[in-house]
Amino acid sequence: MKADDQKRLLREMIFFRRFEDRCFEAYMERKMGGFLHLYSGQEAVATGVLEMAKTGHDYVITGYRDHVHAIKSGAPAREVMAELYGKETGSSRGRGGSMHIFDPTVNFMGGYALVGQPFPLAAGLAMGAKLKATDQIAICFLGDGANNQGTFHETMNMASVWKLPVLFVCENNMYAIGTRIERSTAVTDQYKRVCGYDMKASQHDGQDIDTVMEAAKTAIDFVRSGKGPYFIEFMTYRYRGHSMSDSKGYRSKEEEKQWEKRDPITIYAAKLKKAKVITDADIKAMEKEIDDEIENDIIKFAEESPEPRVEDLYKYVLDDNPDPRWIGPLQNK
Amino acid sequence: MAEIAYWEAIRRAHDEEMANDPLVIAMGEDIGVAGGTYKATSGLYDKYGESRIIDTPISENSYTGIGIGASMVGVRPIIEIMSINFALLALDTLINAAAKIRYMSGGRVSCPIVMRTPGGTAHQLAAQHSARLARMFMSTSGLRVVTPRGPLDACGMLKSAVRCNDPVIIIEHERMYNIKEEVPDEEFFRPLEGAEIVREGTDITLIGYNFSVYLCLEAAKRLESDGISAEVLDLRALKPLDRETIRRSVEKTHRVLVAEEDEAPVGVGAEIMAVITEDCFYALDAQPVRIHAADVPVPYNYTLEKEAIPDVEDVYQGALKVMGKI
Repeated sequence: MKADDQKRLLREMIFFRRFEDRCFEAYMERKMGGFLHLYSGQEAVATGVLEMAKTGHDYVITGYRDHVHAIKSGAPAREVMAELYGKETGSSRGRGGSMHIFDPTVNFMGGYALVGQPFPLAAGLAMGAKLKATDQIAICFLGDGANNQGTFHETMNMASVWKLPVLFVCENNMYAIGTRIERSTAVTDQYKRVCGYDMKASQHDGQDIDTVMEAAKTAIDFVRSGKGPYFIEFMTYRYRGHSMSDSKGYRSKEEEKQWEKRDPITIYAAKLKKAKVITDADIKAMEKEIDDEIENDIIKFAEESPEPRVEDLYKYVLDDNPDPRWIGPLQNK
Repeated sequence: MAEIAYWEAIRRAHDEEMANDPLVIAMGEDIGVAGGTYKATSGLYDKYGESRIIDTPISENSYTGIGIGASMVGVRPIIEIMSINFALLALDTLINAAAKIRYMSGGRVSCPIVMRTPGGTAHQLAAQHSARLARMFMSTSGLRVVTPRGPLDACGMLKSAVRCNDPVIIIEHERMYNIKEEVPDEEFFRPLEGAEIVREGTDITLIGYNFSVYLCLEAAKRLESDGISAEVLDLRALKPLDRETIRRSVEKTHRVLVAEEDEAPVGVGAEIMAVITEDCFYALDAQPVRIHAADVPVPYNYTLEKEAIPDVEDVYQGALKVMGKI
């Protein structure tokens, strides 16, 4: 990979960390409502996998921890932030919020709050690509907790039977909300669970973006070549609680410290410094530039954007301009 | 014009829509090689192949979800669920996903699926094959819910449902698949909105939907021999509901009965009664009556089942009560 791309990837991961940190602050200031699930600690997974995908072309779908996946797919960060602020300029026009970012202009097909629901939706996106005979694939990011839903097993089976072009990315952060994986799941290595569906699967470190990219490339090439679905598991860790209402009482400070030593940004920055691609001063400048962008462009845009109009409450429930040939109403004699 | 059965009308709609658009597909259990439990897709597997007439595993929630996912990127899936009881397994993808995606994406993504399913009591199928859950879909924002009563609507409304950009739930009935009716030979569509006056009358309005329309029509014949002129209104669309046609009919007859095969509490009939109270209160000359199923899981035993489900006699007696004859 070229030095410029390496610097860009490091910058993206720092940007995602700072973006989520800024969401935390805005939430504490009550600028945002609802639930907020932050991605800090897992940045190398979404960044690395989607770096290898054709973003804007391939379909991407995920759960409610979705800001970073949306932005890396190509959704404008200022629109994602405006969505969190509930504004009309938001990715989902203020109707979805943090958990439901959508941007079909870049084929980011949404964040969903029902754990495991994106499995079948992703397989459906892949079925659409297959029916239209495009070279698109669908990429579904979900956590380990989602694999205990029925949709996991039902969808793995159908994706495999029908050889759908879908990549399932399991971000194994070892906690399903606040329950540790050993306490909820008989087989803790998630990639082993799809063997029963005769699906190609592998497990990798999710904290080193080079490892993520290499593994993702193999998986994406496999899926795009028409050989069927692939399940790829990355071992990772979320620094913050499941959501903002989570005090993390279910895990130890020692464990958190252990994982902080494997921080994806620190690991990648160290590699790039060692390879003389970047210096500490460069990183400092990068951070300054990112903070300026977040504050003076992204937050400013979200703050200054208009609220949805109250008279638009019923907009988007059904097609707002339906064809009367199909809808009617029926004329009685 | 040719007379065809309800199941043939559904089959014709599938065939025409699949011939019209290569992105129209059908999916469900046993719909392909086996031809469909009610024959609604018979012969289409050979014509369109396994990539468009898709035999699914018995995984209602996820195969419905796959149809929904495909619909988000331009596919028009017609999803069959063998019984409305089994649709309960697919409620997460239908109600949490299909019904809400347009709204929570700010209108940027739509889910133009059609889900068809029989939802009534047949004969002695017992409680787990006899649910009538129209009310559940009817109370979900973001869905269209229709109940075609005969071949004309079965074909024309399915075709409209495929072309419409909203998720459409079509509730059929096991006892209607062999009902026959004349339909045009040339292509036709029937709108997804609007109640229909299927029999004109002046003394009382009998409101039904799905199979209960036939109970109302039979009861109307008996009332006619008693000198009572009954108007019969088929709701056709439960969501959105055609309040205007209900109001106009009740303002004409001043008396009304609502007949449904569902249990009463929080049912379709309860909603219609609320609409009548809100829109027609001062037009009423008598207390309205609701005919509905007993509030019990449907029994297997023939006699008990017959007692639990409303029939023509129940509608007739109910109408006489509204008319003050008993």
